[in-house]
Amino acid sequence: MSVKILGKSEGFYDTYERRPGNNQEQTHYCPGCGHGILHKMIAEALTDYEVAENCIFVSPVGCSVFAYYYFNAGNIQAAHGRAPAVATGVKRALPESIVISYQGDGDLAAIGGNEILHAANRGEAMTVFFVNNAIYGMTGGQMAPTTLIGQKTTTTPYGRTLQNEGYPMRMAEIIASLESPVYVERVMLADVRSKNAARKAVRRGIKNQIEKKGFSFIEVLSTCPTGWKMTAPQSEEWIKSTLMQNFPLGVFKDIAQQVEPLDLTQNLASPARVPKLIGLEQDKLKFDTTSMKLSETIDQEIKIAGFGGQGVLSLGVWLSEIGMREDLEVSWIPSYGPEMRGGTANCHVKLSREPIGSPLVTHPTVLVAMNRPSLEKFEGDVIEGGAILWDSSLIDIEPKRDDIIRIPIPATEIAKELGNTKTSNVVILGVLAGYSDFLDPMVVQQVLPLIFKKRHLLEINLKAFQKGLELGRQISA
Amino acid sequence: MAKQFVKGNEAIVKGAILAGCRAYYGYPITPASEIAHAAALYMPLVGGTFLQAESEIAAINMVYGASGTGIRAMTASSSPGFSLKQEGMSYLAGAELPCVVVDIMRGGPGLGNIAPEQSDYNQVVKGGGHGNYKNIVVAPDSAQEMCDLTMLAFDLADKYRNPAVVLADGFIGQMMEPVDFPEPVEEFAEKKWAIRGVDGDRMNLISSIELDPDDLERHNQKLQRKYEIIENSETRFEEYRLDDADFIVIGYGIVSRMVHTAVDQLRIEGVKVGMLRPITLMPFPTRRITELAAMDHVKAFSVIELSNGQMVDDVRLAVNGAKPVEFYGRMGGNVPSIKELVHEIKRMMRVL
Repeated sequence: MSVKILGKSEGFYDTYERRPGNNQEQTHYCPGCGHGILHKMIAEALTDYEVAENCIFVSPVGCSVFAYYYFNAGNIQAAHGRAPAVATGVKRALPESIVISYQGDGDLAAIGGNEILHAANRGEAMTVFFVNNAIYGMTGGQMAPTTLIGQKTTTTPYGRTLQNEGYPMRMAEIIASLESPVYVERVMLADVRSKNAARKAVRRGIKNQIEKKGFSFIEVLSTCPTGWKMTAPQSEEWIKSTLMQNFPLGVFKDIAQQVEPLDLTQNLASPARVPKLIGLEQDKLKFDTTSMKLSETIDQEIKIAGFGGQGVLSLGVWLSEIGMREDLEVSWIPSYGPEMRGGTANCHVKLSREPIGSPLVTHPTVLVAMNRPSLEKFEGDVIEGGAILWDSSLIDIEPKRDDIIRIPIPATEIAKELGNTKTSNVVILGVLAGYSDFLDPMVVQQVLPLIFKKRHLLEINLKAFQKGLELGRQISA
Repeated sequence: MAKQFVKGNEAIVKGAILAGCRAYYGYPITPASEIAHAAALYMPLVGGTFLQAESEIAAINMVYGASGTGIRAMTASSSPGFSLKQEGMSYLAGAELPCVVVDIMRGGPGLGNIAPEQSDYNQVVKGGGHGNYKNIVVAPDSAQEMCDLTMLAFDLADKYRNPAVVLADGFIGQMMEPVDFPEPVEEFAEKKWAIRGVDGDRMNLISSIELDPDDLERHNQKLQRKYEIIENSETRFEEYRLDDADFIVIGYGIVSRMVHTAVDQLRIEGVKVGMLRPITLMPFPTRRITELAAMDHVKAFSVIELSNGQMVDDVRLAVNGAKPVEFYGRMGGNVPSIKELVHEIKRMMRVL
């Protein structure tokens, strides 16, 4: 393998055809800018490791926004600061490719601070090159998060101050403090020796990814003669005399040799296997609906309300599941969000022979109240001639209205006798099936095993249903 | 396949996976979180990626990266989260990357609340981010359509290389209904533009930057032509009892279901009212509304929204002054009752 310093690497295009204008031989970077040098090091490494064809390069916003002019690779250009997120999406989709996120100091340390921290923390199997030149080059020499105290920029014309802008951020140290990254080093592009060290770091960062070792981060102290208002030699000198004093060079973390390679194999399921995998197989249970004796006259609009944990929402779902298997149109909608977590819960269920318009139940035909506040709150909404079922073992009052059917059910007491108070909602389901004409007990008994898959739970709930059914039939008689 | 009783939010994920989506990047938010829950549950089972991103912004950019490789990718959120995604939406549209984004709208502005609103119409249908772009927008009104229109959204997004948004509200997302799940999609068109890391496939580039004003104008013109084709060929809507209607009520999503019931009640009373429900909001059924406005039996239109009146602007443009256009809206997460709608429709008819 040869290390070419001056020649154009195969990792670069021969001619920069994507570059507008006539000059397609040279880069768009200013004379003395570090980007060109770092680009070359990356291109050489990609070529020498024979992964250039397998590389996807994420270009950032900043001076290197046009990195895709040069790299003979798959190129994708990201929004400002988002390169690590874009690279995450690319790498997860193409885990065998070599993904490079190349970012400047504004992109990585300011607007994209969150994205880089989390990509690093997840240990995304990518290589990040962070070009730190302590200034915003492309937008016109403004302050970067890495601008030094006292450094004059177009947005710190009197110099950066501690009071106003705070200290410059040392990203390599921050990234190295996380558990996941395998390799974090800061290098500089100042003289031949430091560039040789930088080249080594570049190659290690890429090699780690080839070996599936996880997240590598190489911070590169780089020159910006235009932004710094210096000549190229002065710039290199300033890195050594000043920048490096604030951003110490060195390896901050290196566990690449100690960690096992990541398993990045993809096991994508073929489309034909998908239905089974996501639980969409044919419902094999056949329901005997010949004996159904559904109400011919009324669409049921049911409201079920109580404390969270009483199975209020579940009871509604079961009623709907049963209705669906009775070939009715059904809908269920819960109260949702914090109010649910706050203690009270209710849901609206509609069972209908016609397609359901609004899923909301404002005037229930049936109200199931499982605590006192629910009875008090919703009693007035029930339609004339509708039914109120309430858990009389928990609610110490009775409905005030006499134009409705009143069905007290000691549901919790019955459930307690059965040995599990959580079955009180199934007791109520039984009462509904025994009393009303819109639930077929046969269908309910066929649906319950689908709901309670564990045998002991099914047994106790079938008992609870039977108790309720008997009670409902007594009331009906 | 099986008919299942599922939440609208879950139907989205199952539909997406049936449509071949293998990457979900998202951030939790009520009332859209069940979408992330379902994706976290099912994506690993089909070898796909589920990742809870560090932010809505990161999530949409992960979708951008995944989509750039040519796979079907999605994210989902609710209104404040969609606002954060707008930067990414603009980049996706600019780079002509397909993706599906779900917005389960809630009350705003600001933190608002988690009850259903339709106040994201403008920020979703009109683009919302910077630049001359549009999203394809579908508006489901049931759990079944949460599945079906999500699958359609993937197809349209791929066909036109454009972001597609499934725009629903808290009710459609939270409600459970039976869903007949279709067979999985087996064949996908090749995406020659996708970036790949494979031998011999060079010069591929995903970008939205065009420095030269003429180049960028050409790119914009190309996008506008694409939107025109979409408007000419992808408009979908449903009509209900319009044949002899004096008065046409227009509503989408959860509102259309209520209007449906209200129309039935008014018809029993002998009131000649019908409903038009846009199923696609971009493209909007402009041409059909213009045709209806020209019909003699049509006296007026009414638009009902859970907002301050956002879609009504598009209806007014389509009617173009030919007939009066009335509006009734509720905000803050309040949903009108059927009784209220019947009353309001009658009131609007009396005004005319």
